[in-house]
Amino acid sequence: MSSSAAIAGRAGPPPGPTGPPVSVRTPLAERTLWLGLTIVRMGPALILVLLVLVMAAIAPFFLTERNIQNVLTQTSVIALLAMGQLLVIVVRGIDASVGSVVGLSTVTGALMFGTSLHAAPIVIATMLLTGVVIGLINGCVFVYGRLPNSLINTLAMLYIAQGIAQALTHGDALQGMPSAVNDLGGGFLGVVPEAALLVAGMAILATVFCRSTRWGRWIFAVGGNIEAARRVGIPVNKVLVSVFVISGVFAGLAGVITAGQTNAGYGLAGSTSMLDAIAAVFIGGASFMGGRGSIGGALIGAFIIGCLRNGLDLLNVYPTWQLVAVGGVMLLAVELDVVRGYLENRFRVAQASRAVRS
Amino acid sequence: MSREPALEVRAVSKWFGAVQALDQVSLRLGQSEILALLGDNGAGKSTLIKCISGVHRPDVGDVLIDGEPVELRSSADARRSGIETVYQDLALFDNLSPAANFFAGREETRGSWLGPFALLKEKAMASHTEELIHRLKVNVPARVGLVGLMSGGQRQGVAVARAAAFASKVVILDEPTAALGVRESRAVLDVVRELPKAGVAVIMISHNLEDVLSVADRAVVMRRGRIVGEEVPTEETHERLVGLIVKG
Ligand SMILES: Nc1ncnc2c1ncn2[C@@H]1O[C@H](COP(=O)(O)OP(=O)(O)OP(=O)(O)O)[C@@H](O)[C@H]1O
Ligand SMILES: [Mg+2]
Repeated sequence: MSSSAAIAGRAGPPPGPTGPPVSVRTPLAERTLWLGLTIVRMGPALILVLLVLVMAAIAPFFLTERNIQNVLTQTSVIALLAMGQLLVIVVRGIDASVGSVVGLSTVTGALMFGTSLHAAPIVIATMLLTGVVIGLINGCVFVYGRLPNSLINTLAMLYIAQGIAQALTHGDALQGMPSAVNDLGGGFLGVVPEAALLVAGMAILATVFCRSTRWGRWIFAVGGNIEAARRVGIPVNKVLVSVFVISGVFAGLAGVITAGQTNAGYGLAGSTSMLDAIAAVFIGGASFMGGRGSIGGALIGAFIIGCLRNGLDLLNVYPTWQLVAVGGVMLLAVELDVVRGYLENRFRVAQASRAVRS
Repeated sequence: MSREPALEVRAVSKWFGAVQALDQVSLRLGQSEILALLGDNGAGKSTLIKCISGVHRPDVGDVLIDGEPVELRSSADARRSGIETVYQDLALFDNLSPAANFFAGREETRGSWLGPFALLKEKAMASHTEELIHRLKVNVPARVGLVGLMSGGQRQGVAVARAAAFASKVVILDEPTAALGVRESRAVLDVVRELPKAGVAVIMISHNLEDVLSVADRAVVMRRGRIVGEEVPTEETHERLVGLIVKG
C-alpha cells in the first residue's frame, strides 16, 4: 500500500521519550509555535522569579532570612487551600466553602481541646474530619443533587459552615490549642517554619497522587472529558465526590495552621484566604475549562500572591492597592490561558496542514 | 479460528416509544471481516450498533458472539466480550497523552493493594501504546504531546488504535472519517485495513461510498429500521448501493 508506506516514511526518526513532538526536520513555523507554547506554560514560574527579583531590588529587607520565613508562614494557608482547590478546578468545579471550613475546623478543634480528649493528634484529627465531612456533603450534594455547577452549593456551604462555627462559639474566639498545633502554626525546624515543611510534604504527596496514581489520572480524565470518562468505565461520581473531600482535608489542614498561628478557634478565621486560593490556582496556570493545572502551578500561584502582598507591605503600599495588584496578576494569568489556547490551535492546524502537504 | 460468525444479530427489534428504530434486523459478521453499514439519516444504523455495544438493549432478538448468545447490559459488558466502539464524537481526553488515552479506565498499575492509590506503570503503558501505534501504522508520535495538540486525523487514528488495542472480537466505527479531509481519511482507512490482520472484525458506519469501496468486504444497507439489501462493494455495484440507500 503506497500511502501507508508514505506515512511510515514521513514519521521520521522517533522522537526522544521526553522531547517535544517536533524534531529538527519540523518546519520553522511549528517550532516557533512550540517555543511560544513552552514560554506561555512557564509563564507563572517566570512571573514569580521576576517578582522576587524586582522585590529584592526595591525592598532590601525582602530577601533576608527573617522575611523569607515570614513569606513562607504567611503563604502556607493559601498554599494548602490552593492545592485542594486545584483538584476541584481540574474537574471544572469550584469549592467556595473552604473559607469557612477553615474557621469551622479551628472551632471544632478548639472545642475538642476543651474536653478531656485534648491530645494533639485527636484535636488535629477532629479538624481534618471536619473538612472531610463538609467535603463529603459538598460532593454528594453536587453529584447526587445533579447540580450543573458546584459554585452555588459550596457557596451555600460557606454560609452554613460559618453559621455553625459562630453558633458553636457564640461569635467569640475560643482560646487554647495543643502545643504541637501551635508549633505547626509558628514553630521552626532549624530555620524553616514547620508550616512550610507541612506545605512541602503535602505538595509532594499531592503531586505523586496526581501524576502517578490511578485515581489521580482519573481526576484529570474526568476534567478533560466527563462523557468519555463515563464510557471507559471510570467511576465518575466517586471521582467528583473525592475531589471535594480532598479539598475539605486541605481546608482542615489550613485550619490546623491557622489555629496554631492564633492559638484559638474562631469562626471567621481564614475567611479571606478562600479568594486568594482560587486566584492562586488560576494564576498558577489551571484552566477554567478543566483538565489542566498542576500542584506545582498552584503552589507557584500561591507564592506569587504571597510575595506580592509581603513585598507591597514592606514597601508600605496601602493594603487596598495589594488587592488591585493581585487582581491585575490574575487578569494577566487568565489572558495567558487564552494565548495558550490560541497557540495550541495554531499548532494543531500547522500539524494537520503538514500532514496534507507531505 | 472458529467458523462461527464473529458476531451475529438475530431478529433484533427496538422501539423508542412509538418509533420502531429497528425492525427484525438480522446480521452476520464473519471472522476478520470488514462490514460497511450504510443507510440514510434515521435508518437505524446508530441504534443497531448501540445494541451491539451495550448502550441499548434490544426489545426483541439476540446478539451472539462466536455463536454464543450474550447479554450486553452495559458498554462495559460489551468491552468484556471483546467489542470496542469508536463513537462519532471521538471520546478522547484532549488533556492527556496518547498512552493515557489508550489505557483510560483500565490503567496498568503496580501495588493493587493500594486501591485507588495504585501506582501507574507509565513506562509499560507508553511502550505498549508505541508498539501498537507503530504496528497499525498510525502517524502519531506516541510518547509525546497531548492528544489535544493533534490534528483531526491523528486523533481519529488514536481512537481507532485504542479500540483495536483492546478489542479481541469486533471494532465498531461510527463514521470514522466524517470530520476529516481526504488525506487524513485515507490514513485512518489504512489503519482500519490493518485490523483484520490482528484477527479483529470491523463494522463501519459510513455515508461515504468511496471509503466503503476502498476498505469493506461487504456492505449492508438499512432503511427505516430494516436491512434492505447487501452487496460486495465494487465499482459495478456502486449504483445499486446508492439505489438501495435512497429508495430501499
Ligand atoms: N434515544 C432515542 N430516543 C428516541 N428515538 C430515537 C433514539 N435514538 C434513535 N431514535 C430514532 O430511531 C431512528 C433511527 O435512528 P438512528 O440514530 O439509529 O439513525 P442513523 O441511521 O444512525 O442515522 P444518522 O445517519 O443520521 O446517524 C430515528 O427515527 C431516530 O429518531
Ligand atoms: Mg447515526
